[in-house]
Amino acid sequence: MSVFLLLIQSAFAERFMPYQGTAIAAEIDYLYSFLLIVSLIAFVILIGGMLYFALKYRRKADNEPTPRITHNTALEFLWSGIPFIIFMIAFAWGLIIHKKMVDFPDKAFEVHVTGYRWAWDFQYKSGKKITNELYVPAGEPVKLIMTSKDVIHSFFIPAFRVKQDVVPGRYTALWFEAKTPGVYQVFCTEYCGTNHSRMLAKLHVLPKKKFEKWLSDNPYKGLSLAQRGEKILKGSCAACHGLSNARKIGPGFQGLWGKERVLEDGTTVVADAEYIRNSILYPQKQIVKSYNQVKMNSYQGQLSEDELTYIIEYFKNEKGN
Amino acid sequence: MAHDSQVSYLKYGNQTGLWSWLTTLDHKKIGIMYFISIFIFFFIGGMFALLMRLELLHPEPLFSADQYNQMMTYHGAIMTFMVIIPGVPAFLGNFLLPLMIGAKDVAFPRVNLMSWYCLMIGAAISFATIFFGGVDTGWTFYTPYSLETSGNTIMMVLGAFVMGFSSILTGVNFIVTIHRLRAPGMGFFQMPLMVWALYSTAIIQVVATPVLAITLLLLALEKVFGVGIFDPKLGGDPVLFQHYFWFYSHPAVYIMILPSMGIISELITTFSRKIIFGYRAIVYSTFGIASVSFFVWGHHMFVSGQSYWTGWIFSLLTMLVGVPTAIKAFNWVATMYRGSISFKAPMLFAFGYLFLFSIGGITGIYLAVIPIDVHFHDTYFVVAHFHYVMVGGTLLALTGGLYYWFPKMFGKICSELGSQISFFLIFVGFNVTFFPQFVLGHMGMPRRYHTYLPEFETLNIISTVGSWMIASGFFVTLGVVIYALLKGPKSGDNPWGGTTLEWKTSSPPPHENFETIPTVTGGPYEYGS
Ligand code: HEC
Ligand SMILES: [Cu+2]
Repeated sequence: MSVFLLLIQSAFAERFMPYQGTAIAAEIDYLYSFLLIVSLIAFVILIGGMLYFALKYRRKADNEPTPRITHNTALEFLWSGIPFIIFMIAFAWGLIIHKKMVDFPDKAFEVHVTGYRWAWDFQYKSGKKITNELYVPAGEPVKLIMTSKDVIHSFFIPAFRVKQDVVPGRYTALWFEAKTPGVYQVFCTEYCGTNHSRMLAKLHVLPKKKFEKWLSDNPYKGLSLAQRGEKILKGSCAACHGLSNARKIGPGFQGLWGKERVLEDGTTVVADAEYIRNSILYPQKQIVKSYNQVKMNSYQGQLSEDELTYIIEYFKNEKGN
Repeated sequence: MAHDSQVSYLKYGNQTGLWSWLTTLDHKKIGIMYFISIFIFFFIGGMFALLMRLELLHPEPLFSADQYNQMMTYHGAIMTFMVIIPGVPAFLGNFLLPLMIGAKDVAFPRVNLMSWYCLMIGAAISFATIFFGGVDTGWTFYTPYSLETSGNTIMMVLGAFVMGFSSILTGVNFIVTIHRLRAPGMGFFQMPLMVWALYSTAIIQVVATPVLAITLLLLALEKVFGVGIFDPKLGGDPVLFQHYFWFYSHPAVYIMILPSMGIISELITTFSRKIIFGYRAIVYSTFGIASVSFFVWGHHMFVSGQSYWTGWIFSLLTMLVGVPTAIKAFNWVATMYRGSISFKAPMLFAFGYLFLFSIGGITGIYLAVIPIDVHFHDTYFVVAHFHYVMVGGTLLALTGGLYYWFPKMFGKICSELGSQISFFLIFVGFNVTFFPQFVLGHMGMPRRYHTYLPEFETLNIISTVGSWMIASGFFVTLGVVIYALLKGPKSGDNPWGGTTLEWKTSSPPPHENFETIPTVTGGPYEYGS
């Protein structure tokens, strides 16, 4: 039996399903393969039968007589009984796996997840908080405790075959134990408005040692707020903005604070905290004159409130120098 | 001029103007009005579908995300509330039900006309939302999103509410008609299966639709007066809305599918020229499906956070729907055994139905198995699954039924070649469009996505190309119908050799359907052996 399943497994499941990132994912794929095989057989019997009869008994003359066959109790029992048995097998098998999915291991590594339009915040017991990048250790059960700040979202990791709605006003949870280190895709699967399809996150599974190092590592440790801001600008924005006043894809940043900006529509505005914040979150709202060819993406949801503060502090501080 | 009892209903009383249509109490004319309006709605809903597929051709956006989300909402809302739900019962059902049971009309002709107006007024309100900011909630109106989003959700909800009354009124009318107006000699078990299908559908319409009405009313109350029902900010429970919504909308799925099963039963016997296999089994399975349909709504919510036990009870009950469905499919195939099978266009649609509907049904079983559903839920797998059921099932049956009963409606026959071309375009195009979506679902692509990751692109391109094939198929259908109306050859009263009562009167039938009310002596499908 298990050899048979293994065969099916290699023949089908891995073709269509994403990589099997957990042991439970592999179990789900077994069940899936079983369903696929059985349904292919059923489909061939039904549709094959239909086509066979259609060709064999196709009309040769008008007014051909046909036999008066009203029913056949034995046959009818057969074709209600066999599907019923198969459905019950699938149901029970599903239940067994489902039980494992909802039985949370006692000692799972916990991460708090907050969904909001349109990003995911991950918070660790150590106080570390990060947006749209979830880091977890390999080979250890991880439990995500989730809630939403606004509307319903849903947290989906295809490689682990787990999905759970994230509901405002209550906590939901899911768990998994990642087999292999690597980077996996996370989707939001409950429609949540404008940028639903961009509400993506990456799941980084690290070997235990590396993970611990990552967890204790604080990228902002010992830095002032302005220095933190500089770090972000050099990291995320360098492709388009330099810290000098040289023009790249976007304007150079030197001396921006308090400067009068001339916009595409001819109006002017003073670069204050509000303006900088808007430029980052809603870049299309106020476009700097002569910069309308390439559009800056909105960083809504990608930068946290804290990080926005760091950036603003950088600009303030830079002007002061 | 011939006597009134022989003149076609289309020319009855020499009245053919628009006003005579808008005020008619003749179930046949009302049926035709439904036909025209539903066809128009279908083309509008289809246009939104084509625009969506165009957007999804490549990951790079063509429309803004908000525009896409609105198109997705209108496509879903139009197709469910204005096309698939009224499609078979209100259009074909209205035209056929009295004819099939040998009655002069439905029990309450005025109510019948009123329900058409309900649909029209509801539809007008819903379409008007386009000019008031549009709606982007999806056709499911999930809270709390629907409470927060801008645009005119309340108006849309009101539209759906009014359309719901159309459904309820039609249902009541059909139930009474079937109970009171059957021709002498027609016991319940001498009724054609189409009538049984309409009967069970009517019961669901009457029992389930009020729940939708109440749910939508609660939503409006909350949005307008801030009563905390579903909004967690006001102490409400957003998941409660899903329970209410699916308590209606799952049975609604059977409002959409049961009547199509009736059509298929008719097509298969007629074109096999053989008595249906397992008449009673089909009747009982229809009622089996209808009654279980009220207790499976939770399978839409396996990942919503409902409890373990709730999940497994809904999983079990959902499995039970599979059994009567399988029974029907096997009965249809068994009917063909030793039949005299014709390959006329309506029968091709029946073949296509069996092919697509069984894929839709089988994948439904996958989704009833909880751990499998956890992976597939809200991905393109689900989109493919329900399109196989709703389009591959209901819409194919409706189109097949249209070609089949068209001669009865207008006394003209559709071009066989044209009908067959439309079938192949729709059938092949359908598979090209939706099969790749199954694969996308396996890969994990979520539904209601305005843009997607690059690895999903190839399959999306295939899917979009398929959507153009489906569209051309339905344009051919439109052409065939218009051509037949204008220039089609006369059909004769019974072009397909059907045995049910509607074929025993002239085509098109006179105003009162039969010159003399027929007396029924046997079952509906007695082909001489
Ligand atoms: C794809 C290139 C690109 C990236 C990456 C980018 N920007 Fe921009 N940015 C632009 C362009 C082009 C403009 C000018 C047009 C406008 O105002 O939107 C701009 C304008 C701005 C302005 C207004 C500047 C002024 O002179 O008034 C600010 C502030 C800004 N960006 C901040 C950021 C920050 C912070 C980041 C990184 C988190 C970032 N940008 C990343 C392209 C980019
Ligand atoms: Cu979301």
